[in-house]
Amino acid sequence: MNPIMIPKPKRSSSRWLIYAALLAVYVWAFSGIPFTGIKETAGQVVESIVTGLFAPDWDFVYLPEGEDLLRGLLDTLAISILGTVISAAVSIPFAFWAAANMSRFRPISGSGRVLLSFVRTFPELVMALLFIKAVGPGSFAGVLALGIHSVGMLGKLFAEEVENIDRGPSEALMASGANRLQLLWFAVLPQVLPSFLSYTLYRFEINVRSATILGFIGAGGIGTPLIFALSTRHWDRVGIILLGIVVMITIIDLISGAVRKKLV
Amino acid sequence: MSTQIKLGSDPSQPSLRPKPPGRLKLYMTAVLILALIWGSGKQTEASLGELFTGMPNMADLLKQMFPPRWSYFDNIVRGMLETIRMALVGTTIGAIIAIPVALLCAGNLAPNRWLYYPSRLLLNLVRTIPDLLLAAIFVSVFGLGPVPGILALTVFSVALISKLTYELLETVDRGPLEALTAAGGNYFQRIAYGVVPQIQANFMSFVLYTFEINVRAAAVLGLVGAGGIGLYYEATLGFLEYDKTCVIILFTLAVVLLIDYASTKLREKLL
Repeated sequence: MNPIMIPKPKRSSSRWLIYAALLAVYVWAFSGIPFTGIKETAGQVVESIVTGLFAPDWDFVYLPEGEDLLRGLLDTLAISILGTVISAAVSIPFAFWAAANMSRFRPISGSGRVLLSFVRTFPELVMALLFIKAVGPGSFAGVLALGIHSVGMLGKLFAEEVENIDRGPSEALMASGANRLQLLWFAVLPQVLPSFLSYTLYRFEINVRSATILGFIGAGGIGTPLIFALSTRHWDRVGIILLGIVVMITIIDLISGAVRKKLV
Repeated sequence: MSTQIKLGSDPSQPSLRPKPPGRLKLYMTAVLILALIWGSGKQTEASLGELFTGMPNMADLLKQMFPPRWSYFDNIVRGMLETIRMALVGTTIGAIIAIPVALLCAGNLAPNRWLYYPSRLLLNLVRTIPDLLLAAIFVSVFGLGPVPGILALTVFSVALISKLTYELLETVDRGPLEALTAAGGNYFQRIAYGVVPQIQANFMSFVLYTFEINVRAAAVLGLVGAGGIGLYYEATLGFLEYDKTCVIILFTLAVVLLIDYASTKLREKLL
């Protein structure tokens, strides 16, 4: 045996079992998909989409009688702003509930955590469907859906932020006889506020994206004219709406990213 | 000049303490934000009154949702399996396409600078389009069914995985790459032996993360006709069978939480 032979990396015997399981999963997944081929008209449709996307219907940008691109985008923006503000406000108490260092008993923060992850997994579109049943179709249902759904993520991020605070200031305040509310206001809040704002802006970026599709189910915003143009095959109109959405989201991402960099 | 710092406020003597920064900016920001909120409220016709009058409707809805009609469970198992399939296939194809795309977009590994900027720009633009919107477009191209859903998830996965991967690629250790270049390795050998071992664990973690997101997305793609469990929302809500909707929601939550849990555990093991 050669003494300078490089030892072979260890290969566990279960490796092949894992590969076999993966292979089985993929066989199951691909075999279940009906690749029945595409519609004969697909080529034609793709062609008209491409021409529509490159020759957008500029007239749709502003129509005097309403229901145009700019108003749709404004509506989308308004839904996401209001939804984000509501969710940020609702998230703060939830964050303190779910933060492990804010309560003396584990089950309290644990239950907050479970509730937040439940809200997070609940799809916002389904939430919007339920709110439409409650307050009727329109932007307000979209606002409520975004406002409640975002609490799932924001609450979790806020809670993690609260858990990571420096205990020094609160101990100093406690030593000088501050009550719990003063502790919260003067020691905890100043520390967490910049990151809270930064997370809120980040969630706002996500909410703008979500708000563009809420209209598909009747919860307001640019999605309503888009789904209408798609179903009536007005590809030039689809083109201009897509362009509007991409431009709006890009601008918002740039602004929000710049502000977030300044905040933290 | 007195070097003593007066702690008490004495209006006759100018304080040596630094003045707090001006609050004008803060007030202006506050006013701007309030104006934004007010304008948004006006635009969306939000009203607390409507919410309160809607509350009984909501309570009524919840009352009708319980108890869930468990017998409906058998009908939706197929839809749920299709959802998972769509997410799995979409993520896998997306991950495979994402590898060359990420290489093109990584500043330190891109074979050609002229490809680097356009591919990054394109990737950034694609990432702005929400997956459900992609699905709606693909549905009008390919017709109803899971295929447009898979395509939408694929495009979304390519955009997300490429972004995460090229950011990682830009931080790889250059040592092995330089050694391989010195030993005469070509581009593909350098990638395969110098880069892949460094990033494979993280890459798998990104794929799993994307899979989690895709399962959630696939659960609602059916709302625009792109297959999966989402199709059943329309069917049950349209016929006002809320107890069936409740079964769908609970089943989706259970599956998503289970997949999230498994994937998180797996990712912890990988890294």
